[in-house]
Amino acid sequence: MDFFHNHILSVVLFTPLVGSLLALFIPRENENAHRVLGNVFGILGFLVSLPLIWWFNPSTKGFQLIENLDWIPSIGARYTLGIDGISFLLVMLTTLLGAISILSSWSAIQARVKEYYLLFLLLQTGMLGVFMSLDFFLFYVFWEVMLVPMYFLIGVWGSERRLYAAIKFFLYTLAGSVVMLLGILAVYFNYSKLTGGTYTFDIPTLLASVSQSSDAFRTWLFWGFFFAFAIKVPMFPFHTWLPDAHTEAPTAGSVILAGVLLKMGTYGFIRFSLPLMPQGVVARQRIVGVMVALSIISIIYGALVCMMQKDMKKLIAYSSVSHLGFCTLGLFALTPMGLSGSVIQQINHGISTGALFLIVGVLYERRHTRLISEFGGLSTPMPSFAAVYMIITLSSLGMPLLNGFIGEFTILRGVFEVNKTWAAWGVIGIILGAAYLLWLYQRVMFGPVTNPANEHLPDLNLREQATLVPLVLLALWIGVYPKPLFRYLDVPVRQIVERVNPGYYPAERATAPLESAPAGAPGAAPAAVLELDKHPTDSHPSPSPAEKE
Amino acid sequence: MPLLDHLWIIPSLPLLGAALNGLFGARWPKRWVDVVGVGTTGLAFAATLELIREFAHLRADQVPWSKSYLTWIGAGNFRAGFDLQVDQLTIVMLLVVTGVGWLIHIYSTGYMAHEGGYYRFFAEMNLFTFFMLTLVMAANFVLLFVGWEGVGLCSYLLIGFFFLRKSAADAGKKAFIVTRIGDFGFTLGILLIFWVFGSVDYATVFNRAAGMPVENAGQPGVLTSISLLLLAGAIGKSAQLPLYVWLPDAMEGPTPVSALIHAATMVTAGVYMVARAHILYSHAPIAMTTVAVIGGLTALYAATIGLVQTDIKRVLAYSTVSQIGYMFLACGVGAFSAGIFHLMTHAFFKALLFLAAGSVIHAMGGEQDMRRMGGLRKQIPWTYWTMLLATLSISGAPLFAGFFSKDKILFETAVSLYGGRVLWAIALVAALLTAFYMFRLIFLTFHGAPRYDAHATHVHESPKNMLAPLVVLAVLSVVGGWVAAPALSGGADYFEIYLAPVFAKSSALLATAGGETESRTLELQLMGVAVGLATLGFLVAWWFYIRRPQTPEWLAETFHAPYKLLLNKYYVDELYNLAIIRPIGWISTRLLWQVVDEGAIDGSVNGVAHTARRLGSRLRVLASGNTRSYAAWVLVGAVLLLGLLLWPLLGMVR
Repeated sequence: MDFFHNHILSVVLFTPLVGSLLALFIPRENENAHRVLGNVFGILGFLVSLPLIWWFNPSTKGFQLIENLDWIPSIGARYTLGIDGISFLLVMLTTLLGAISILSSWSAIQARVKEYYLLFLLLQTGMLGVFMSLDFFLFYVFWEVMLVPMYFLIGVWGSERRLYAAIKFFLYTLAGSVVMLLGILAVYFNYSKLTGGTYTFDIPTLLASVSQSSDAFRTWLFWGFFFAFAIKVPMFPFHTWLPDAHTEAPTAGSVILAGVLLKMGTYGFIRFSLPLMPQGVVARQRIVGVMVALSIISIIYGALVCMMQKDMKKLIAYSSVSHLGFCTLGLFALTPMGLSGSVIQQINHGISTGALFLIVGVLYERRHTRLISEFGGLSTPMPSFAAVYMIITLSSLGMPLLNGFIGEFTILRGVFEVNKTWAAWGVIGIILGAAYLLWLYQRVMFGPVTNPANEHLPDLNLREQATLVPLVLLALWIGVYPKPLFRYLDVPVRQIVERVNPGYYPAERATAPLESAPAGAPGAAPAAVLELDKHPTDSHPSPSPAEKE
Repeated sequence: MPLLDHLWIIPSLPLLGAALNGLFGARWPKRWVDVVGVGTTGLAFAATLELIREFAHLRADQVPWSKSYLTWIGAGNFRAGFDLQVDQLTIVMLLVVTGVGWLIHIYSTGYMAHEGGYYRFFAEMNLFTFFMLTLVMAANFVLLFVGWEGVGLCSYLLIGFFFLRKSAADAGKKAFIVTRIGDFGFTLGILLIFWVFGSVDYATVFNRAAGMPVENAGQPGVLTSISLLLLAGAIGKSAQLPLYVWLPDAMEGPTPVSALIHAATMVTAGVYMVARAHILYSHAPIAMTTVAVIGGLTALYAATIGLVQTDIKRVLAYSTVSQIGYMFLACGVGAFSAGIFHLMTHAFFKALLFLAAGSVIHAMGGEQDMRRMGGLRKQIPWTYWTMLLATLSISGAPLFAGFFSKDKILFETAVSLYGGRVLWAIALVAALLTAFYMFRLIFLTFHGAPRYDAHATHVHESPKNMLAPLVVLAVLSVVGGWVAAPALSGGADYFEIYLAPVFAKSSALLATAGGETESRTLELQLMGVAVGLATLGFLVAWWFYIRRPQTPEWLAETFHAPYKLLLNKYYVDELYNLAIIRPIGWISTRLLWQVVDEGAIDGSVNGVAHTARRLGSRLRVLASGNTRSYAAWVLVGAVLLLGLLLWPLLGMVR
């Protein structure tokens, strides 16, 4: 038990890999054995991650459950794992979605079953490694490891244009990660220069060392890392690999791609890009300006392009561009609300969009088409499916009491205090979101059944319910009681904001009611009013209250 | 004081009903669905009555009575909780929502008896009631927004209840999206409220706002911004100019839905919200004027369209838009309690009008076009008489409920600082038109010779469970305004007195701002004018549709262009389609997707991708399932690129 406790992260990380290795020893003819094995390790991967909920302490600063071992001493690379509140949530999302998407593949995958489950489990380990690594070298290895199985998942088990999509995905991501590697090396050599020949890949150490460097160097670093993460997120204009990859990938691939893989981009922004931001106000402002502009373009652009798609999967893929635009917008507001909203929205997007891809998968397995025009009136033959799909649609479009609203509203809150126009653009994105999602739902589910092939479609079977119902329950839970999630974010978010937006907290104390005081504390009123008198107009050009002075 | 301490019970009852019917209703017999659906709403009504009894014992300083439950969103300095509150305004709204709501649920057991998805209907109606109760009981703006979006969702689901019809599904979607456009402002308004006040709780916000200076016309400030942004949401939800277009289409929903959601409760949420935030509005004269002007114009505008519509429910829909315009007008001129008064009486007579119209449609076997009705008076007398009473009430016939509330609004408009003669005249003309189109409806439907195929249509009176709610509502449409009756003879307007504590701060403010001259002679004179015009409307309708039935046709031909304009609802839907929806479609498809995405971005990558594809097909041969050799390729490529790119970097570090 002690070993388990001390090495919990390694256990979570390598459980899928063990399954992957075991699969090597089972003959490929025995397809059902591979399915069982895949599912056992998918669920096991989720179960072993559950103790994290108790063992991870959300009120402790810094990384926890750290494991630190020598790996390649000659270059200073170590095997260091550790999580903070942000990576904790992403790890939980990964193990859950992993188990669900493996379950969803049971009947969808009929060819090369052995390789499929083997690669899928390998992918799980790769993604978990990215979220857990505290060593740049280790991080980069996992970042690349995850690329390979995803390439094959799209290229081998995808639909018609799978090869094109797979290569596009591969090239885009590789291009980004190579530039990132340069950035990593730059930090690495910079550190050894500073310390006079000590080499380390330790992420906290390296990021801290950057604080002594010039803003020019930091700006350069920022843009170096930017490409890797912007492509992964993806932000406009680096997004065009996404619709192809999503459309061609098998259902489970799309679920993981949208649910987890894209989060590696936003995670990268949080973990590396934010601390690398230059300290000079002007240089930082310039970066924030570009990032926010790209985020807003992604939100509006993604939503508009969604509107006219004819392919269900492509529509949902573009909606990811829009939703992830919200996440990056929240991040680069550099406020606590923006950041925690962004992380929550990442989790929510994993749940809602993951579920939406499962829903398309349900239809694809029945009809082998994704064209919206092929459907219509499915509410009649598939009532339970209709109910689940409706709830997920609502969660995705930000209906209060479902998860999407919590994320979007918190982001908007965080963005609004910086710049009201940015928030207004975000709200427009929400309206467009309602339009394309409801229109999609209407065209697929409502009306009479026009296509005879749809007349007797079976409703959700037990396995499909098992994949969708947990996500629906999660969506409801986060929508009604998101407090536990926020609890994991308070500490790490505060740490990040203190670092990247140093003026924020003192200013907050001066102008807004005290954090713990119940709303309506009388002492806070004059301050708020006073603040108002200084800014009678509603334009707020500077990103933080501190920089107004 | 069981209910005051457990306010959550009231909204939870219909939520429980929705959950039970939603989860198990499909397998239950109809009877059980009835018991759950109607029972939970009835219990909520009973609980409201008990709440009123307990509320009466509270001291003045204990109102608004509020209870905090779970913290919903709490992060950093932001807190929004599931907090409920009760004051006199809430009480009035609770009575309308649970009382009228309950009657409509009862009616539905008859009206929907032969429809598929019976349990789904009741689950969604109960869910609606839950959200509406949340909306009126919320103690902060974010929870208000929960109810606000929730009722919008239920409206969407229920408009599209007959989802096999494309028009129904379209109408539901239109309603949802158009109201969401208004919510653009509403959301920003809430964010601005938090930014200004550091809280979204009513108590904090309103107390602080009361201490701020009035933002006179020359110097609009944050309160004006907030008020106008919130108003955008109210305009969408309450179907005012220019966002009213969804409400007439919403008539695609089953008639009880039109009665409950699109007449009595949800569409008046905007009025409730403005009244609730009265202190913000009374500090922002520009916002007040905007509310009044939008209300007045909408009242007139919608009434003109109502003149020529032939679908019985559409006439009522435009009438609803017009009547809500009156409520906005009242709020805009500072007569908040008059607005709420009209909200209440309107809930009675408009719900009745819709339910009676439903009874007519039921009797006619689904026919909604008044041109194919006529002479139904004898066959369905209960429906006829109740509907006639409601018509008298809405037209402002003396001593009916609508008379008191409408006259109050007209009078306040005439004398208020923010009102004036122009708005008063507009409202008067709208009143004239109201009387005309309502009696036109009555005459076309119930009088004259039958214009339907008597052999094909078996006209029959509705069952008792549909008639009983009609009778109750008819009684309310008559006596519902009598609380204000003593004011006629110089006594007290008890409705206004009851709500006075809620609006006290605004009333004081408005009283000091302008010299409002309450004069009973003036009030009686104005009343006389209004009643005279309503009578005129009635007479014209009588002349057109009873005395000289060929007149309307002659008019339509003589004034062809204006008639066409009205019949086509000023072509606003077409205009929106041309100016907004089509361009968005064009931009999305032609410009963004095909030119930018697939042309510019993908095109520039295409060269790379093309080479890669050839490389890829070769790679496939090489790889063919062999991961190791593939990984080697990755490595080779990475090292090559690295070598190239590392060069300048090394220089930089050195």
